[in-house]
Amino acid sequence: MSSELDLIKKIEAYLFEEMTVAELAVFEQERKNDSALDHKVVAHLNFLKSLKSFGEEKSLKAQMNLIHDEIDVYSLKNELEEKPLAYISFWRKNQRSLSVAASVAIIATLITVFIMNQFNGTNQISNYSELKRDMETIKRSQNALIRNIKSDKQTNDVSHFGGTGFAISPNGYLVTNYHVVKEADSIYVQNNKGDAFKAETIYIDPSTDIAILQIIDQSFKNLATLPYTFKKSDADLGEDVFTIGYPKDDVVYGKGYLSSATGFGGDSIAYQVSIPVNPGNSGGPLLDNKGNVIGIISGKQTQADGAAFAVKSDFLLRAFNSIPQDSLKNKIVLNKKNTLSGLNRQKQIKKIEDFIFIVKVYN
Amino acid sequence: MSKEVNYNKLTDNEIILGILNNSNATLQHLYKSYFPMIFKLIINNNGNEDDAKDIYQEGIIILHDKIKSGDFELTSKLKTFLYSVCRRLWLKRLNHKSRFSENIKDYEDHFSVDAEIANHEEKDQQFEIMGSALASLGEPCKTIIEDFYMNNLSMQDICDKFGYTNADNAKTQKYKCLQRLKKLFFNVK
Repeated sequence: MSSELDLIKKIEAYLFEEMTVAELAVFEQERKNDSALDHKVVAHLNFLKSLKSFGEEKSLKAQMNLIHDEIDVYSLKNELEEKPLAYISFWRKNQRSLSVAASVAIIATLITVFIMNQFNGTNQISNYSELKRDMETIKRSQNALIRNIKSDKQTNDVSHFGGTGFAISPNGYLVTNYHVVKEADSIYVQNNKGDAFKAETIYIDPSTDIAILQIIDQSFKNLATLPYTFKKSDADLGEDVFTIGYPKDDVVYGKGYLSSATGFGGDSIAYQVSIPVNPGNSGGPLLDNKGNVIGIISGKQTQADGAAFAVKSDFLLRAFNSIPQDSLKNKIVLNKKNTLSGLNRQKQIKKIEDFIFIVKVYN
Repeated sequence: MSKEVNYNKLTDNEIILGILNNSNATLQHLYKSYFPMIFKLIINNNGNEDDAKDIYQEGIIILHDKIKSGDFELTSKLKTFLYSVCRRLWLKRLNHKSRFSENIKDYEDHFSVDAEIANHEEKDQQFEIMGSALASLGEPCKTIIEDFYMNNLSMQDICDKFGYTNADNAKTQKYKCLQRLKKLFFNVK
C-alpha cells in the first residue's frame, strides 16, 4: 500500500520534474531494469492523460453549453422543421390506434355478418313487411290479364282487347272478369271452333271483378249440359288446379296449385295460385282435379314469380244470386252434376274446352 | 443570432488552427455555423431540440478530439465530416430507441465514419467510468484532483484554498486521493 503511494509520489515527481538530477537518473535506471515498474509508470501516465482529457471534455461541454444558450432554438425550429401534411402526421401519430380500430371494425363486420346469417329467420320477417309495402305500390301495376289483341297482327282488324270467358249455363250465359269488358262498346265471344257470337253485359261487380255476359246472337244454339260445377266452399291450400284460357287464339291449358287462401295483398276475395298465366287468361275458369270451378283467373303479380290470382267461386255464386232472375229472358240454371270427376286430365279438357270462349272487346 | 455575430466566415483550416490553439471564439464560430444543419437533420427525423443538442455536441467533441489528436487530415470539408458523424450518431440513437432503421431524410452528403464513432464510444465509456469514480471519490479529494489535473491550479493555490499548513501536506493529500481514484477507476473497469 505504502509502496504504491511511494510509487505515485515518485512518478508524480518525475512527471512534474521535481526530481533532482541524481534522483532522475536513478529512476530512469530503475524503469529500464524493472519492466513491471516501467509498465506501471506508463499506465499511470495514461491514466493521468485520460483524467486530463476527461477534464477537457467537461470544460468543452460547459463551453458549448454556453454557446448553445446563445442560439435561439425556438425560431430555428420554426424555420427548419418540415411541416408534414396534416393527414400524414396524423397517420404517423395514430398509426397504431388506427390500425387497431380498422381491425376491430373488420372483425365487427364479420361478426355482424355471421350473426345476421344465424338469425336469417328474423331477417326475413323484416323483408316481408318491406315486401308488403312494395306490394302496395305494385298494386297499381298488377297486370290485368287482358290481351291486347291490337298488337297481335293476325287479328289486328278484329278487336282491341281480349280475355277468356266460360259458360255458366247452357243457354248462353258466360262469366268473365269485369276488367275485360269494362268500357266496352260491343262484345263478341268466340268458341274453340271459331264461331263468334255477339254478347252483352247483364251484370257487373267491379268490387269482385266479375262480369256476367249473355250471348244475344241469333245464330247461337244452346250448349250441351255443363260438365263442371261451381264449388261453394273454399278450396284447400296445395290443391292441384288447372285453367283453360285464350292467351292466344287457340285454347291454352295451364296447370298449377293453390298457393295461398288470399289474393293480392291479403285480398280475401281471391286465391293466390301458382300457375302460368298470361294476358288473355283473364276470366278463365280455375278448376280443381274433380272439375269443380273454384275461381276465375283475374290477374297476376308482375314482380313476383308464380303469383297469379283468381276470384273465389263463392263470389261468382253470390253474383248469380244477386241477378234478379225476373229480368232475364232465360233463367240461369246452375249445373249441379259434375261429369268430370274420375276422368283423366285430357278427357276433362276435351269436355271443358267447348264451354270456354274468347271474349273480344271493342271500344 | 448568427446575424449579429459579425465575424468573417472562417475557412476550415482557420478553424482547425483555432481549435488547436484552444480559441473560444473559433469554437463558438464552429458551433454556431453548423448547428442549424444538424438541428434540421434531427428534428425532421423524429428528434427534438434536446436530441439535436446532444448529438451535435457529441459530434463537435469527436471533431475536436480528432483535430487535437493531430492526425486530422483535411480529406473532406469539416461540414461534411460533422454531418456524417452526427448522422451516424443519430441513426444509432434511433436504432437504440428502435424507432427507425436506415431510412432517414438526408440533407447533405455524408460518408462512413465508423472508425471515429467506435473510437469515440470507447472513450465515452472510459469517461463514464472516470466520472463515476470521481463522483464516488468524495470531498475534498474530488475537488483537489479536479483543481490540480483539470483546472491546472498549482499546489500552492490548492493549499491556500483548502487551508493546508503547507504545500507538502497538500501534496501528500493529493497523492492519497490519486491513489484512491486509480483504485476506484480500475476496480470498476
